[in-house]
Amino acid sequence: MVAGLTVAERQSAITVSALVALCGIAMAIGGRDDLLGVHGVIVLIAGLSCVFLVLAKYFEPEPSDERLTHYYDDPTKVGIVLALGWAVIGMFVGVWVAALLAWPDLTFDAAWASFGRLRPVHTSGVIFGFGGNALIATSFHVLQRTTRARLPDQFSPWFVLLGYNLFCVLAASGYLMGLTQSKEYAEPEWYADIWLVIVWVVYFLIYIRTLQRRKEPHIYVANWYYMAFILVVAVLHIVNNLAVPVSFGHAKSYSLFSGVQDAMTQWWYGHNAVAFFLTAGFLGMMYYYLPKRAGRPIYSYRLSIISFWGITFMYMWAGSHHLHYTALPQWVQTLGMTFSVVLLVPSWASAGNALATLNGAWHKVRDDATLRFMMVAAIFYGLVTFEGSFMAIRAVNSLSHYTDWTVGHVHVGALGWVAMITFGSFYALVPWMWKVERMYSPKLVEVHFWLALAGTIIYVFAMWNSGIIQGLMWRTYNDSGTLAYSFIDSVVPMHPYYIARAVGGLLFLIGAIVASYNVAMTIRMARVRTTAQGAEIDQPALPAAAPVLQPGE
Amino acid sequence: MAEFFHRRLERSAIGFVLAIIGVSAIGGFVEIAPLFTIQETVEEAPDMRVYTPLELAGRNIYIREGCYACHSQMIRTLRDEVERYGPYSLAVESKYDHPMLWGSKRTGPDLARIGGKYSDAWHVAHLINPRDVVPQSVMPKYGWLMRNDLRTGDLGRHLAAQRAVRVPYSDAMIANATADAYGQASPDSPYASGVSERYGEATNTRAFDGDPGRLTEMDAVVAYLQVLGRLTDAAHRQTAAAER
Repeated sequence: MVAGLTVAERQSAITVSALVALCGIAMAIGGRDDLLGVHGVIVLIAGLSCVFLVLAKYFEPEPSDERLTHYYDDPTKVGIVLALGWAVIGMFVGVWVAALLAWPDLTFDAAWASFGRLRPVHTSGVIFGFGGNALIATSFHVLQRTTRARLPDQFSPWFVLLGYNLFCVLAASGYLMGLTQSKEYAEPEWYADIWLVIVWVVYFLIYIRTLQRRKEPHIYVANWYYMAFILVVAVLHIVNNLAVPVSFGHAKSYSLFSGVQDAMTQWWYGHNAVAFFLTAGFLGMMYYYLPKRAGRPIYSYRLSIISFWGITFMYMWAGSHHLHYTALPQWVQTLGMTFSVVLLVPSWASAGNALATLNGAWHKVRDDATLRFMMVAAIFYGLVTFEGSFMAIRAVNSLSHYTDWTVGHVHVGALGWVAMITFGSFYALVPWMWKVERMYSPKLVEVHFWLALAGTIIYVFAMWNSGIIQGLMWRTYNDSGTLAYSFIDSVVPMHPYYIARAVGGLLFLIGAIVASYNVAMTIRMARVRTTAQGAEIDQPALPAAAPVLQPGE
Repeated sequence: MAEFFHRRLERSAIGFVLAIIGVSAIGGFVEIAPLFTIQETVEEAPDMRVYTPLELAGRNIYIREGCYACHSQMIRTLRDEVERYGPYSLAVESKYDHPMLWGSKRTGPDLARIGGKYSDAWHVAHLINPRDVVPQSVMPKYGWLMRNDLRTGDLGRHLAAQRAVRVPYSDAMIANATADAYGQASPDSPYASGVSERYGEATNTRAFDGDPGRLTEMDAVVAYLQVLGRLTDAAHRQTAAAER
């Protein structure tokens, strides 16, 4: 890591890490009577560790100018490993909270282990820890390949990657201590939010600086999506998290907005976190790795354009469909529903584009589990966007909202689309990054594929069933015109489905563990071979690294 | 033509960035900006009162424990919900909720009208072990609420921060926040009279956890639960008017 930095970059690394450590000290002192102090200590430790990490290697020789002839992939490698680590943690906690609903006394009377505190650890762990690290890692890789330009410097990618992970650690540890602002998918408190803004601005600057240095005249499709992801997530994050802290010594803050306006802002954020974090970002991944792995150009350039601008424009309107029949003015609800239904068009444009790209490569899909991951991801993307548009319709939403159907729906997206495209991309990317011909075990990729698919299907069917049963029981009337069931009557039949969900989640978790093992062994295999041969091989020199795909194809 | 235009656009990084921001800004702006400006967004309810310091502390514990993950506080305008829970929720009822807790999942029932529905003792028993009062419940136990003393020293700062986001707390409310939290849970203490003076005669003042000697987190949570749906009568009045 450090050996790849120039002396000037090492100095800025030390300066920035020391500043972070100072912030940690300030937080620890200012918040000594509050849980903020605990986070101050964590920030301090993170900053100091980075200072020592750089200092330990400070006097090593600088990298030669030869480094400029190839891409900078070290942050991508570390990002992949971090993503897999978060996947295992996040999914493990997911299985745990699923089990808590079937066996509520698994909390052993400890506050940190109760459902309400573990649930956000699960959602943030998988969305931001696993998903976010995967997006950062792959975006650095894709950005360089599609622009044929090196990242602008070697320090800022590390700042983004490690700074982002510090945010994730603050989030997860905060939830366990009870620090949350209760906004779904935006639970971290004000100081973590401010830190994320700083990290994110640097991320955007890396992107734009690399694009300005590009040797390709056109900006490749995948980069449109990654850019929309970076830009819009920044806007959403800042507006939704506007809040007034109790004091600079308190972790607690109060949202600037209240009631109905807060609800609309929150769902505008929440729905578009799905759109721009969990969809646009991963579409960027898909638009690069799927054609690359299939060895075929993207089926249609025009469909890419339609899909991109359709998603960018229409998703922002759709958030209010989460608030049907509530105290939100009805005109906003109607707009949300309308745009959600139309949104099917750009969504299916991308799903169709991906599947049509595979036309002529179906034999590869049959033989190659990596490509199959990507294909199944595209299918699930099509399914989940159809389901989403359907569930946004008022009449359907009146039944599905507040039930497990919604949980099932988001997991069709999370397991079937987001995780599958990520694993597919990782299996393609890992051998390229570590310069080996293939993964350590293609057999284990195959095993992982079936575990993931089985886990997703069990999970989703369990939740569809329980959600619809729940929704129907709530609105069932008996002959005398009164409600047929009390609320608790509708809780009892959920039990077998909650167990089934835990089983489905467990299969998915085992798959992620298999993937981590496979990646670890691939890295080891690469190390062994590099030592044996005594030199790095097949480092793609820039002039030779002509992309297989030309932009716009 | 369109394709030609796009091929030009995708040659300019800054142009592309501006296009993304412009195109994505429209929808959110059209839907959110009017909510802050037009009068119909939130109804008038002159009898609406703010949370007492104790109730606000309870609300913060409710948030801390992630209760919103399983309980909504939004009764929709559907027949079965109104019959099950009570009059549907109005925007004004969460006017002072920073943030709102409308929720998105009902693993347990909606709580928007739970205030006054059960006794304090029921709530305490239910929070200590839900299965003691509802055998089929899947809710976790919250025994530590009874063991933890409530942190009250900084409640004035909390109220001041609430005022900064436009909740109308008076200077007197902020200055007496800690004493009011005590007074509300110990009705025989000299602090109790100030609570009804500042927050209205209808404010619940009693030992919510059954123990007037100690101010616990249980006191705060139960005080909060008992006031849900009771900060204003607007929802009840509106339904009555519709039925007439």
